[in-house]
Amino acid sequence: MHWIAEFYRSTPGKKFVMAVTGVVLFAYVLLHMVGNLQIHLGPEELRGYVRLRYAAPGLLWTVRFVLLVAATLHVIAAVQLTVRNRGSRPVRYAVRRYREADYASRTMIFTGVAIAAFGVYHLLHMTFGSVHPEFIRSDVYHNVTSGLHVPPVSLLYVAASAVLGLHLYHGLWSVFQTLGLSSPIYDSWRRAFATVFSLVVTLGFGSVPLAVLLRTL
Amino acid sequence: MELDPRIPGGPLEEKWIRYRKTVKLISPANKRNFTVVVVGTGLAGASVAAALAELGYNVLAFCYQDSSRRAHSIAAQGGINAAKNYQNDGDSVFRLFSETVIGGDFRSREANVYRLAELSGVIIDQCVAQGVPFAREYSGYLANRSFGGSLVSRTFYCRGQTGQQLLLGAYSALCRQIGLGRVKLFPRTEMLDLVVAGGRARGIVTRDLVTGSIAAHAADAVLLATGGYANIFFLSTNAKGCNATAIWRAYRRGAGFANPCFVQVHPTCIPQSGEYQSKLTLMSESLRNDGRIWVPKRKGDTREPSEIPENERDYFLERMYASYGNLAPRDMASRAVKRVCDMGYGVGPSGRGVYLDLTEAVARLGGDLLRERYGNLFEIYERITGRDPLKAPMRIYPAPHYTMGGLWVDYGLQSTIPGLFVLGEANFSDHGANRLGASALLQGLADGYFIVPYTLGEYFAGTVLDGVSPAGRPFVDAQKEVQERVARLVAVQGRRTVDSFHRKLGALLWEHCGISRSEAGLRTAIEEIRALRREFWEDVRVPGKTTEFNQELEKAGRVADYLELAELMCRDALAREESCGCHFREEFQTSDGEPFKDDGRFCHVAVWEYMGDDREPVRHAEPLTFETVKPEDRAQYASQGYTRSRRK
Amino acid sequence: MRLTLYIWRQKSTTDKGRFVKYEVENASPEMSFLEMLDMLNRQLIERGGEPVAFEHDCREGICGCCGMVINGIANGPAGGTTVCQLYMRHFKDGAVLYIEPWRSRAFPVIKDLVVDRSALDRIMQAGGFISVRTGSAPEAHTILVSKETAELAMDAAECTGCGACVAACPNGAAMLFVAAKISHLGLLPQGQPERDRRAQAMVRQMDREGFGGCSNHRECEAVCPKRISIRFIARANRDFLRASLFYSKSASGKAGATGKTKRCFEK
Ligand SMILES: Cc1cc2nc3c(=O)[nH]c(=O)nc-3n(C[C@H](O)[C@H](O)[C@H](O)COP(=O)(O)OP(=O)(O)OC[C@H]3O[C@@H](n4cnc5c(N)ncnc54)[C@H](O)[C@@H]3O)c2cc1C
Ligand code: HEM
Ligand code: HEM
Ligand code: SF4
Ligand code: F3S
Ligand code: FES
Repeated sequence: MHWIAEFYRSTPGKKFVMAVTGVVLFAYVLLHMVGNLQIHLGPEELRGYVRLRYAAPGLLWTVRFVLLVAATLHVIAAVQLTVRNRGSRPVRYAVRRYREADYASRTMIFTGVAIAAFGVYHLLHMTFGSVHPEFIRSDVYHNVTSGLHVPPVSLLYVAASAVLGLHLYHGLWSVFQTLGLSSPIYDSWRRAFATVFSLVVTLGFGSVPLAVLLRTL
Repeated sequence: MELDPRIPGGPLEEKWIRYRKTVKLISPANKRNFTVVVVGTGLAGASVAAALAELGYNVLAFCYQDSSRRAHSIAAQGGINAAKNYQNDGDSVFRLFSETVIGGDFRSREANVYRLAELSGVIIDQCVAQGVPFAREYSGYLANRSFGGSLVSRTFYCRGQTGQQLLLGAYSALCRQIGLGRVKLFPRTEMLDLVVAGGRARGIVTRDLVTGSIAAHAADAVLLATGGYANIFFLSTNAKGCNATAIWRAYRRGAGFANPCFVQVHPTCIPQSGEYQSKLTLMSESLRNDGRIWVPKRKGDTREPSEIPENERDYFLERMYASYGNLAPRDMASRAVKRVCDMGYGVGPSGRGVYLDLTEAVARLGGDLLRERYGNLFEIYERITGRDPLKAPMRIYPAPHYTMGGLWVDYGLQSTIPGLFVLGEANFSDHGANRLGASALLQGLADGYFIVPYTLGEYFAGTVLDGVSPAGRPFVDAQKEVQERVARLVAVQGRRTVDSFHRKLGALLWEHCGISRSEAGLRTAIEEIRALRREFWEDVRVPGKTTEFNQELEKAGRVADYLELAELMCRDALAREESCGCHFREEFQTSDGEPFKDDGRFCHVAVWEYMGDDREPVRHAEPLTFETVKPEDRAQYASQGYTRSRRK
Repeated sequence: MRLTLYIWRQKSTTDKGRFVKYEVENASPEMSFLEMLDMLNRQLIERGGEPVAFEHDCREGICGCCGMVINGIANGPAGGTTVCQLYMRHFKDGAVLYIEPWRSRAFPVIKDLVVDRSALDRIMQAGGFISVRTGSAPEAHTILVSKETAELAMDAAECTGCGACVAACPNGAAMLFVAAKISHLGLLPQGQPERDRRAQAMVRQMDREGFGGCSNHRECEAVCPKRISIRFIARANRDFLRASLFYSKSASGKAGATGKTKRCFEK
């Protein structure tokens, strides 16, 4: 067997793929969030950002491609691992108490699926506009403000931001373990790192729909 | 019974070298035609199984636990001795040898002990190469600690888990051979009988502890490495499963049993807290370096220790042994503790305990330093008793710990049955009447890695072995006997649990064949043991079937054998009319309570031969001669050790 | 003390198993958990019943035989201990306890609370060793190991192979055990030549045995009687990764031999 296939077949191999793709997704999400935050600055500034974004289509499509591949691998590995993990204990405990595993770590697959579902909706909403009643191609500011004007949609975006935060709360701590990046020098900072960045992501994304909803834009 | 120790000629230092030079060899291609059964996977068993498989033999290895890594060697805490002289403190092979002989009170075989000391160095090399994480100095060199009974610092250790790490080393070597298909391992399989065919050990009968199926395994030689039998006392520092079954069954098939009464009692164990207690836990002796041992002067004083003023305390070890004080040798300390408790001065709910008080050391050295020194011991103590040893004195009491007795073996570790080799604690080891701390691990590994791989080859090369098959006569017969015996145990259907008999037996032995023994006591014990044995076969209750996983049945078989061995222990103690090492006969003491040793009459190994259930066993003797170290006064030697520890 | 116990009873591997309720009177806070079960068993036997099967041997926390899940926590509420070293003083009078065996696909139940952990041994047989022939070792002091490294290796080497980590892991992963082994040998200079090979072989066998994968839930570390740190999991991941990326792809010294052919030779 080719070594890559063999590597991927192992549980740490799959987990490694999840970690790398997770980091890629996180990097994108972070950039996207920074982009989104410019909405707070007003339509002009955002247009500048959007123009920049479409200025180099090659780059855009590369990014999109990488993103698509990463997301696909992340999801496939997630599903495979979860199926395997669930199968490793055919008879469950009658009583189960956790001492360390937190809510975030135990719900990774659910928060993950929720993010995926949101992602599909979000693409149809903001990128293709198919579920956006007032969609105007390439007027991002308009699309966002009008799209998030409807309270249920807006709340959905807020919820998605929270769920993403939860996913990252465990993911950003865990990723160091998976990649073998543990060291007494910075181990004590890993929890803080994950907490801060999951909060930043939640608040960063959440602030946009909230602002729209509260009509402060 | 012929007891030829077959010691090679020549000066002591050259015997083993000569033996190896002249030993007959088996060609590599021929080795795979030999099958060897190894029973036991402790230090001795795992090491020999791995070493033989590396040489090319076919090995079948057996243990009663679910994994070979769980043999009782895992529990050894203190360390392993080796005469490396890394400390430049005057250690040498000769010194380790002479200390072992003196420690054993001149009841061990010189040539064997010398070889043990000689091999100690390569054992450390071997273990290090296997990845045993011995303690190190900052420089990266190996660290040593000192241990009781020795004037030099030669004990190698891995925190308080030396036995565990050494066993894991041997286990990993064994795992490698299993992976390579050269060893077939039978975990959860208990040996219940030895098969002797044509006067030679040719196989064993086992019970699969999961399915209950009884099977015979044929081989060209049988190696027993089944450990010690101190668990006969029920309350001991040994694991619950430790048993004498393998060696006892071999004894009944004709192997001589040497010095069965030699049992080492360890003075510092956590005392029993109640009737339900199932075992006793060892606290390293090193605590006596910093602790003072006392009891209240008033009988049955129930005050908290802190409320008992200084002048109402009896520091009895310091009082009784002015020169040794709290560091009196293991046997003396144990006896003294038992005596004060028997007289009613003992402390704790059961009255079987004395204080080991560190408060003075806390004041002198501070709690932190003590914690650093004994941290893991304090943790064990606190977990078991719920009390912090730095706040209130610890309570300790002696407990049976190690059996020097075992099957008799010659220089090549072969028993009186040709083809039956015995290794580790199961043989009447190299420790005479008393074992030095940190030498049992050494012996197990020496036997397994470096001795039997040579001596077994010699046996094969010098023997013509007929083919045998497990379907043959002696195998089928032995199998049937085992089947019947197992069925009989279940068929009794009495009222009492196996444990109740074991407890009773243990209490009897502890009283009469423990720390101190007397003729009257031993005679009573023999009668009571016989009665108990009868009662056992009439009133024991073993629930469940023979053909399933049945832990009560396992225990019952072991206790049934213990009930027979106990009698032999008492007989042996009765016949040895002297006090030596661990064996203290009340009739044989000096006016000031020191043991009286009779080298004239008893400088020998007592070897018992089984003559049938309805006949008395016969006692034979292998005379011991000492050419290199002469029986000198042990007390004088021990006091040297005391001075050393005092200054530390 | 009075206790109500719901104990998992299962006659054999193929039996379905169920909880049976037992009342225990007069337990003492000074008893170990296993001694409490001894007492129950004695009563069961005397009343003509079948005692509860549970595994134990050393009863001092080192052999790794014992283990059960008590009220949803492997080895009970005290933490960092085995059941033989768990004392009844950690429970309240009148407590209701559910007692279950280790549950994992790789650990089939043999009877009641006894499970088959031989999967862990097979992982060791796949590569948990340093291949040194008896008698071929160099003098011990030719191999220097810094104190820090030796201590760290010892931290990992303390693992007793008890399987509590597997029992506690929400994924039924054996990663803490495997990581402890990989790290113990991988940290020492003696273990270097086989380090890559060992990591790969052990992980592969672990997967074959049907254990789950590690999602870094940290439950294992919380129940491990030897308090083995999950840092070793990170270490083992690193070793495995390194081995997968570099091991046996290293070029041969011979002209014309590519990494790939070398890899084939290895097989
Ligand atoms: C608490 C404690 C601390 C100790 N500390 C030290 C120390 O610090 N230094 C030191 O040198 N010594 C120490 N000792 C002594 C030392 O540990 C033992 O003497 C030594 O480990 C015995 O090793 P072994 O290989 O002979 O037997 P064991 O390790 O006892 O192995 C016996 C093997 O035989 C198997 N077996 C037994 N009966 C059967 C049967 N009927 N059928 C199949 N298999 C069977 C078992 O499964 C096991 O695998 C200590 C002992 C104890 C109890
Ligand atoms: C923007 C999207 C996402 C980001 C940034 C992200 C990020 C991460 C990160 C960093 C990890 C930790 C990896 C590790 O422990 O090594 C992770 C784990 C995980 N992710 Fe995602 N993820 C995203 C989307 C998803 C989706 C869509 C799914 C599922 C359908 C998913 C399912 C999981 C699961 C199950 C895990 C845990 C795997 C395990 O530990 O076994 N994730 N994610
Ligand atoms: C909550 C606030 C969010 C807002 C306001 C928002 C807004 C937008 C907009 C306007 C676009 C279209 C951009 C364009 O076509 O140029 C877009 C695209 C996208 N968004 Fe979001 N988004 C939010 C949250 C998220 C989250 C949480 C994720 C990830 C989990 C996400 C992932 C994406 C992706 C993958 C694209 C497609 C990128 C592309 O077409 O290249 N978004 N978003
Ligand atoms: S890592 Fe800990 S819990 Fe797991 S087997 Fe080893 S000692 Fe037991
Ligand atoms: S609990 Fe399980 S998920 Fe990993 S960190 Fe421990 S093995
Ligand atoms: S019985 Fe040995 S660890 Fe519990």
